[in-house]
Amino acid sequence: MHDVAIVGIGMHEFGRHDGVTGMDQGVIAVRRALADAGAQWEDLEFAFGGSKDAGSPDTMVSRLGLTGLQFINVHNGCATGGSALISSYNAIRSGTFEIGIALGFDKHERGAFRVRTRGDNLEWYGESGMALTTQFFGMKINRYMHDYGITQNTLARVSTKAFRNGALNPMAWRRKPFSEEEVLESTMLSYPLTQYMFCSPGEGGVALVLVRADRAKEFTDNPVYLKSCVVKSRRFGSFEVFSPHLSNEFSEGPTVDASKAAFEMAGIGPDEIDLAQLQDTESGAEVMHMAENGFCEHGEQEAMIQNGETEIDGKFPVNTDGGCLANGEPIGASGLRQVYENVLQLRGDAGERQVPNDPQTAYTHVYGAPGISGVTILSK
Amino acid sequence: MAQVSVQDTVLTGIPGEPRLIGGRCPDCGNHVFPMQKDCPKCTGDRIEQVELSTKGVLWTWTIQGFPPKSPPYIGETDPENFEAYGVGYVELPGEVKVEARLTENDPTRLRVGMEMELTVVPLAIDEEGNEVVTFAFQPSDNN
Ligand SMILES: [Zn+2]
Repeated sequence: MHDVAIVGIGMHEFGRHDGVTGMDQGVIAVRRALADAGAQWEDLEFAFGGSKDAGSPDTMVSRLGLTGLQFINVHNGCATGGSALISSYNAIRSGTFEIGIALGFDKHERGAFRVRTRGDNLEWYGESGMALTTQFFGMKINRYMHDYGITQNTLARVSTKAFRNGALNPMAWRRKPFSEEEVLESTMLSYPLTQYMFCSPGEGGVALVLVRADRAKEFTDNPVYLKSCVVKSRRFGSFEVFSPHLSNEFSEGPTVDASKAAFEMAGIGPDEIDLAQLQDTESGAEVMHMAENGFCEHGEQEAMIQNGETEIDGKFPVNTDGGCLANGEPIGASGLRQVYENVLQLRGDAGERQVPNDPQTAYTHVYGAPGISGVTILSK
Repeated sequence: MAQVSVQDTVLTGIPGEPRLIGGRCPDCGNHVFPMQKDCPKCTGDRIEQVELSTKGVLWTWTIQGFPPKSPPYIGETDPENFEAYGVGYVELPGEVKVEARLTENDPTRLRVGMEMELTVVPLAIDEEGNEVVTFAFQPSDNN
């Protein structure tokens, strides 16, 4: 098995970009990643590209160069970006290739995540006023707050942190800080979650150039190593979005499984991680994912967040780039955006939002429909 | 006005005695809702149709605060007339947790663990003038 290094990162600004296609944003992200690595498109042996709603990524070869590389499209729900990355990681780790690129981009309509109904005789589910992602998130955090004493004020603090961090991030979509009062007093979408506690579907693109670790120094003095990369689907008994029923039996969700596997692969524990980007589709998700990923016990988040421990200058910074709340969620790019941010942080290039004291390790986690989780661990 | 079920293979006994149709796996005892042949627990494919219990306890809940998109929603979507409604999972003992509409939409009157029973709520009037209903749970008198 070979080690894998990230030597180039590129991003197209997240947000809404009228007149710019999702594909345009993907191509720009690729060009920026190549420039960052000092590499050329023709150097690449493979690409894995993900997009849910913005076309087939492989068609970008007609704009970047018809070099004959292996280009595979990835389509895997909310873990689309993470799946492009794990595929790239395995391609190099196995020794098949030495250099390639993982990329993702997307462009969603407004409200794209509000309702989805499946075929398969489930029309009644949406017709009856269920089958909304927002309801799932409201119900999951409501039960969690009941079980572990998390307060609504803590949910508001997650949002204010996200928008504050977003304001420091030139790539972020939402760059205006909000007060706790503004968050709590915004429209109640799905109790206990208000409008400013939810992220929105958006647009953007991210690309990462990966090489076999022994070649990293050809491209950069600052390589960042992918120590683990895991994607897991759900097991029987877990509580997932779009479930007309849940089992009375309980099992931990795919996040717990992915996290454990990633730590085992990296050979380190949660206490050795210096910062993390955790899926924050809404602010309650960030709270629950802190514990599901092993960074605290259930319920400890209340004090951690109230004490500012997850702020950029806190003991354990979470979502330093503003997360999904400030960046929106272009599905194909979202998981890769987290890795992009961690590479910047580990290089010491995160500018105004740089985590102090020279962080050595960083963690990413995506979660989404239909019950899928992706985790990476990076180190210097 | 006659009442009809939003989907009679899921909600039967309309009008009068609503029942939810689920399934039970003879191999492992697992219950599902709605009915499907394949068992996600033991990977078998012999699930048999059963009527689920009409009583349970509230496991979690939320309040739908904005009109869902139509389609698929067939209820009121005009923001002027839309009324927030409750949605929750009700745990039917020994069976499953069913996701359902709740008759209550006031957060101060809902709590985890309260006893609930099956009823229906109106959604829309169909082309033949029937009232289309879906299943819902209401707090039972025992609370
Ligand atoms: Zn079974």
